[in-house]
Amino acid sequence: MAFLEIKNIETFYGLIYALRGVSLSLEEGTITAILGNNGAGKSTILKTVMGLIEDQPDKGTIEFMGKRIDRKDPEQLVRLGISYVPEGREIFDELTVRENLLMGAYCRHDRAGIKQDFTRIYGYFSVLEEREGQLAGTLSGGEQQMLAIGRALMNGPKLLFLDEPSLGLSPILVKEIFAIIKKINEEGITILLVEQNARMALKIAHVGLILENGRFVMKGKAADLMEDEDVKEFYLGVKQTESAKGYQRWKRQKRWR
Amino acid sequence: MFLQLLVSGISIGSIYALVALAMVIIYKTSEVPNFAQGEMAMISTFIAFMFLDTYGQSFIVSFTGALGFAVALGAFLEFVFLRRAKDPNVLSLILITLGFEMMLYGLASWKWGADQKSFPFPVSDFDIVNLGQAVASHLNIATLFVALFLMFILFLFFKYTKVGIAMKATQQNMIAARINGIRANRILSITWGMSSFIGAVAGMMLAPIATLDPNLMMDPLLKGFAAAVLGGMTTLVGSAIGGYLLGIIETLFGGYVSLQFKSIVAFLIIVLVLCFKPSGLFAKHYVRRV
Repeated sequence: MAFLEIKNIETFYGLIYALRGVSLSLEEGTITAILGNNGAGKSTILKTVMGLIEDQPDKGTIEFMGKRIDRKDPEQLVRLGISYVPEGREIFDELTVRENLLMGAYCRHDRAGIKQDFTRIYGYFSVLEEREGQLAGTLSGGEQQMLAIGRALMNGPKLLFLDEPSLGLSPILVKEIFAIIKKINEEGITILLVEQNARMALKIAHVGLILENGRFVMKGKAADLMEDEDVKEFYLGVKQTESAKGYQRWKRQKRWR
Repeated sequence: MFLQLLVSGISIGSIYALVALAMVIIYKTSEVPNFAQGEMAMISTFIAFMFLDTYGQSFIVSFTGALGFAVALGAFLEFVFLRRAKDPNVLSLILITLGFEMMLYGLASWKWGADQKSFPFPVSDFDIVNLGQAVASHLNIATLFVALFLMFILFLFFKYTKVGIAMKATQQNMIAARINGIRANRILSITWGMSSFIGAVAGMMLAPIATLDPNLMMDPLLKGFAAAVLGGMTTLVGSAIGGYLLGIIETLFGGYVSLQFKSIVAFLIIVLVLCFKPSGLFAKHYVRRV
């Protein structure tokens, strides 16, 4: 039994047909990366699973540890052990860093465990401990991303969704954050990662999937995807070798349809 | 003269501050100025009157009962009406609150009639304390202390309790609150209950000064709203200070300039604030993301 099993979900945004039958199964303890262009529907998958789009998925089922979770409210999902780091962080600007983290542990009642998680998260992100009493809105973008991840971890999740953790961060920070994502995974949290930064994502992921126009077009081990010619050209930006005459006579066209 | 006016200004200001707080608490969570606030408080005051007068209960029983009713009423209105609104925008929610206002007003007129009643109160408005050149009635002092006490409790609530912080979190970012497992709907109900409670306290402190009839809270509601605009609709502290400022300004105006035109001061203040500092005197310049 897969840890998270998404079967053939279809999602509409009003009249827009965003997900056209997406299936996905996550193994426990892995990092899975979903790659794709803008507007492919990557974030929509996460939002649909989290129940953030009203009355969606239109079709299909989602199971988490053998239980149906499609069309449930986010409030219920969080209590099942699913945490979500939304795109664009969505922290509470006018709460302090500590209060933000405390809100992450809103559903928990074990004081000792919460305290332990505070130290654990301050271990990952020491900046947060330094800024404990500061209003979260005054943090830099990278710190806010760390806070968003930290807040999601405070829930003590079994499954963590990350939506574009690298968005708008400097390359060094991206590296730092991805290293921590890997560490979090090694401590036993299953991760589903949605990313534009394909290279970084494939480096830490076990499994990679490529989404185009609301459908998965490719799935494979992350290492294999890194070597794939098409993925290289379209997502990793590696140029093909030119011809002997010094220019490329043809353009690779790849459409999956 | 000045000191005496100041004393009455602070006393009535306490009531405006409470009404302003009640409005701001709801406004911050749902961006709706709740125009039914006054009528909710008025009905709760009538409930207290009913306990006291009709059933002859003690003050403690009556007031606790009325406050309990206020909380239930607030949560009920939110749960039964506002939550059912499909894809609500601010305008339609405001209309819903106006609808409540009329419903509650009609209900009170029907149940208790439009004649003026005097509201019994354990603290007298006629026993006075000398404060140098001014005198303050026991009721003035009680009003001030009750208001300050409530504000202090609110401060502690928002600063140190989990629900209080969750309430602030919901106010700032509803989606983010939900994905952290905060039941936003429940928070809204609690907000309405709390706000209704505070409004009811204001109503019950006002009733012994004014006379109890269905128009009891009409004027204070507008003043409280003006106070909230003056202090800033998004800050609790600001709106409380706004209440006191408005009370003092209004009373001074009544004393030195014109008693007849006292009431227009509030509206003048709304206009001036909207012209010069629309966010209110004490609001931090924080633009909510759309």
